[in-house]
Order: sequence, then structure tokens, then C-alpha cells
Amino acid sequence: MESNRRSFLKIGGICALGLGALPVTKALARKALPQVSDFPEALKANQWAMVVDMKKCWEQADRDCKDCILACHQYHNVPDIGTIKEEIKWLWQESYHDTFHDQATKFNIANIEHNPIMVLCNHCTSPPCVRVCPTKATFKDKKSGIVKMDYHRCIGCRFCMAGCPYGARSFNFRDPIPYIKTELNMAYPARERGVVEKCSFCTERLARGLFPACVEACRHGALTFGDITDADSPVRKLLAENYSIKRRPELGTGPNVYYII
Amino acid sequence: MKIYNAKLIIPGLLIFVVMVTFPIWYNKGSAAPPPEPSLNTPAIQRMAEKQCVLPKDQMRTDHMQLLNEWRTEVVRNGNRLYVAWDGKEYNMSLQNECMRCHSNKSEFCDTCHVYAGLKSGSQPYCWTCHIAPKENK
Repeated sequence: MESNRRSFLKIGGICALGLGALPVTKALARKALPQVSDFPEALKANQWAMVVDMKKCWEQADRDCKDCILACHQYHNVPDIGTIKEEIKWLWQESYHDTFHDQATKFNIANIEHNPIMVLCNHCTSPPCVRVCPTKATFKDKKSGIVKMDYHRCIGCRFCMAGCPYGARSFNFRDPIPYIKTELNMAYPARERGVVEKCSFCTERLARGLFPACVEACRHGALTFGDITDADSPVRKLLAENYSIKRRPELGTGPNVYYII
Repeated sequence: MKIYNAKLIIPGLLIFVVMVTFPIWYNKGSAAPPPEPSLNTPAIQRMAEKQCVLPKDQMRTDHMQLLNEWRTEVVRNGNRLYVAWDGKEYNMSLQNECMRCHSNKSEFCDTCHVYAGLKSGSQPYCWTCHIAPKENK
């Protein structure tokens, strides 16, 4: 074929047109492919955090109130094995000395000594459990700051349990399903033998625009939930008005559960 | 051509052939009938257009990949809404979405999985954690 400037420009022009059409066809083709996204009603935050106001919790007359624990454990199909060694817990009570043993002194105000403190996973800013997990089954979700568990990936090595300074993780030594004594929540899975489980800050509820089950269940408003990076959030407002403490801040894990005591 | 020890070799060969082909003729005619997963659930019957997330053939061969992708999107990436090729929206959840229509696990999931002889009691290990809907039987 004889080549001259005219035919060269023609072919060049057609090629340029083709390249220009590429993004258009891509955009058209994408429409036909499945898309994934959040639910429109999902609650979003850079770092979810909780403020536990123990004063409000203690003030109420009924000391045996465990609404938050029951709501959480019922919602997430948490089993009740019945022994301390195999106990599975997402949200539970701990004594002041065990919760804040680095900050506790011999002489405390009477209120503190005999009252339980609500404890849960702190969803740390730099979580040690995530650092030690060999399979990345537990990971820090960049979108929400929640320390999540991927039970599909957990191999049950329990490094994370050794890494967590708060004891927030429980291991399923046996099949937990027969030990679920609350009514089964059919919308949430259970776990199997050989995986570690913990509080998830109710990721699945946040995705549906709902606050965590414990926050919703507390009749006394002792649990406040919000975005710690947002200065207008309810947690930040509470922290601005009250003196708060965190569990074992000296470890540098950056816990995101604050206590007003 | 002469075969040495033909007395022994030919019966030996015959026995060998019979033994090698034993599984074929022994199981002849006793093949398990192909599974017929049942779509007869109230939720499916209410549907005007009976259409799953993907076209039927694709669901049949690729549902495990789809479930795995859904798992990754939901658990790892925090996305829960799936807009399918036909524009329909799905909640990416085995327990809450797949089983909402296919509420007959024993007649739908299990028929093929048992037929195909999947390991651990002829079931994939979805159901060690995920809770199957209660079936009225």
C-alpha cells in the first residue's frame, strides 16, 4: 500500500477517535455490571467511639440492671457456656480495680469500690490484636475505625487474645450453638468452634442506620455513641463537659471507649 | 506367535479386566437421579418475575463465587448493597437475603450439595455459623 501524508492523517484520526471512545464505552459497560455500595441510611464516622457514663449507670435504683448486656448477647447470638474459662462475652461487668488497675489507688471514694464497670472492646486506634493476627482475620476498618472480625478467616490461634490488654476477646472452645440460651436472632449468624469473637460496635446495625444494641437498650442514657473525630458529635460534647478516663492509656493502644466515673 | 505360560496369563488378564471394570458394571443402572432443587417457597411464588441475583445458569455454576465476593464486600469493605445487572437491589447477606426467598434449605441447597458429595456431611460449611431458616415439616 502506498503511504502518503493524507492516508496517514486519516488513520491517525480514526485511531484518536477510537481512543476517545474508550472511556465512553467503559462508562456504558459499567452500568450493566453489578455495583456495590453502602445502604443509603448507613451511619458514617471516621472513628466510632463510646462514652460510658458510670455515674448514670450507678445512680439508678435497680443495681441488677443488665439490659445492655442482655440486648447485646441476644442480638449477636452470644452463647452462655456456663464456665469462666470458656465464657464468651462481648459486653460485661468488671470491678473497678480490674478495669483501671493502673489508675486505682488503695483509697477511693466509696462509690467506686463495690460497683461494677461496663467493659467491652475498645476499638483501639492502634489495636494490638490486629498487629498480631497472622491471617488478618481481625482488622481495623478504615472507613469506620471499628476493629472488625472476619470469622471466615480466623484460624483460632488466639494470638489476638494474648495481644489484647483488655481481655475483650473470647475463644469458642466448643460449638457455641447449643449454648445459645437466648432466643436465636435469625438475622445474625452464630460462630463455630475454633474462632475468636468480640464486640463489633454493631457494624451491621450501623449499616442500617441504627445505633448499637447496647446503646439502644440502656434506659438510663449511660451509653453514648458517636464519631470521635466530629467536634459536634454527642461523644465529643460529653467529653468536653466531663472529666473522662480510658483503660490503660499508657500502652498506646488509643482506646475509643471513654469512662465518666 | 506363541505365548509362554498362556494358561496362566490369559485367565490372569481376564481377571484383571473384570476387576478394573468392576465399578462400571457393578453400579450400572443404580445411578442417583439428578437433583431437582425445589423453588417452591412462599416468597418465590409471590414474585411476579422469578429472577435470582444472576441468570439461572450463572447462579447454578457461580453461586459460590458470588457468595465469596459478597462476603468480601460486606465483611472486609463494609459494602452491603448490591445492585444487580438488571438494576434490582439486594442486601448482600446469605442469611437475610438468599434464604429469604430460598427458605427451603433442605429441598434447595442440600439436594445438589448431597448429590455432588460435598465434604463434611455433604454440606458446605456455611451452616456451621449461619443460621438456616426454620422449615415447617
